[in-house]
Amino acid sequence: MPAMSAMSAILIPDWVGRHSAIASAGPQAGRIEGLWWLMFWVSTAVFVAVMVALGGAMARRPRILGDSEPPHALTPEERGRMNRLVGGAVAVTVVILFVLLVASVGTGRAIASLSAPHAPIVKVTGHQWWWQVEYVDAVPGRSLTTANEIHIPVGRPVLFRLQATDVIHSFWVPNLHGKRDMIPGHDNEIWIQADRPGVYRGQCAEFCGFQHAHMGLLVIAEPPAQYEAWYKSQLQPAATPVTARQERGRQLVQSLPCALCHNVQGSQASGKTGPDLTHLASRRTIAAGTLPNTRGNLAGWILDPQTVKPGNHMPANTMASDDLQALLDYLEILK
Amino acid sequence: MRRGFIPGSCALLALLALISAACEREERQFRELPPMSGRQNLPVRLTDLQPGQALPSRIGGGRYEGNAFAISEGKRLYQWYNCSGCHFQGGGGIGPPLMDELWIYGGSPRNIHDTIVEGRPNGMPSFGGHVPDDQVWKITAYVRSLSEQVPKSAASGRSDHLQGPPSEQYRKLNAEGRKLETQPQKARQPG
Repeated sequence: MPAMSAMSAILIPDWVGRHSAIASAGPQAGRIEGLWWLMFWVSTAVFVAVMVALGGAMARRPRILGDSEPPHALTPEERGRMNRLVGGAVAVTVVILFVLLVASVGTGRAIASLSAPHAPIVKVTGHQWWWQVEYVDAVPGRSLTTANEIHIPVGRPVLFRLQATDVIHSFWVPNLHGKRDMIPGHDNEIWIQADRPGVYRGQCAEFCGFQHAHMGLLVIAEPPAQYEAWYKSQLQPAATPVTARQERGRQLVQSLPCALCHNVQGSQASGKTGPDLTHLASRRTIAAGTLPNTRGNLAGWILDPQTVKPGNHMPANTMASDDLQALLDYLEILK
Repeated sequence: MRRGFIPGSCALLALLALISAACEREERQFRELPPMSGRQNLPVRLTDLQPGQALPSRIGGGRYEGNAFAISEGKRLYQWYNCSGCHFQGGGGIGPPLMDELWIYGGSPRNIHDTIVEGRPNGMPSFGGHVPDDQVWKITAYVRSLSEQVPKSAASGRSDHLQGPPSEQYRKLNAEGRKLETQPQKARQPG
């Protein structure tokens, strides 16, 4: 068994399974989870009660359908009993619905009340089909751009500014909060706080085209010191090639179609329409949470992205095997 | 049940099936075939003037001309690759306009493709090798839609941004309207 768990640790990335609204990792998700369980248990109780009543009614042989007796009108006592039963059931239903309404409104108020001065601001822009992530700082030199992976400090509210450029998307990290739409031309905001460190998977929750299902992201909640270290490393320009092959890889990124859409800070590749590649190797996934970021996946993605994610905006690239290896050598040092 | 109800509903179902068969307007090709720009021996001629008997020119290649998806992809790429930086929305500015009838280096799909790939003197960059060939063809189809040279059913029906020029389809409709109005027998009668 230890061998097997070690195997699964290698094969299955740690963020698989961390995508659940009933495994809350923050105060707002906790409220939502509480409401979910309240509704679950109330609904279960109602279901069981209805089934018991139904079973009882079926077990009691109705007299009016007796074989020998003709149907007869209800007696005043029978009518009164029936009225009391139906009236009682309606009253209980109204009370239950009212309790759920109050709980729902209370939850809505509670999850909307989070805010804090000087909170980190993360601008997330939805594209078909990936997420552009910009950390906005009052000091321009401390702003940075990345994609599909958001790091946040644990125990601190973070303000997310949500936008979209093409169609409506929806930002949803179920372990941390509910959904919030990203609408072209209309900025939305959502406050998020994670109390437990971890990697939480997010997903576009508004149908946005062919690859809506493959528009995922990771939110990585870390202790503040670790978050600061990550932030500092992301502010650095791209790593400089050391070997000749890495240098050849950089030349390729700058001259091939890559440079027209992708940005590598500190190189001649300065496209703005695709995900920023400056620190590509530091990210856990490629293609917006679709594939683990391994050399083999990256190679397959570069050569033939339309097989992995049909319809996405990355074109297929044909290149010599040597060139591909050099390109991968360079991309792997972009930590 | 009224007589004729079952044959009638069968006919209606058959009609609905026929209608739904027409739903897919065109195929969207995501994985493009290898480059189409294999050089043939024929030259791409920029002029009709030839010495002696005229030889054919290498033309054609506009396989996206009637494909609405490819043209709208071309429209997106026209912005992504900053064609609009010089040609603006087709009206021209730093570079020549693309929505008029004047083509300095030819207006056939092959001419426009080669202009993008090879570049032209005095400013047009050469995009060959930097932009995948199927994307060049998509941009070509979009550029031709700017001057209303693609079928109306394939021209882009809307722009992605709130501001901006009217869509190519709308312009095409307007252009047809203009042509109608200039014909004397179609002149509008007062009242």
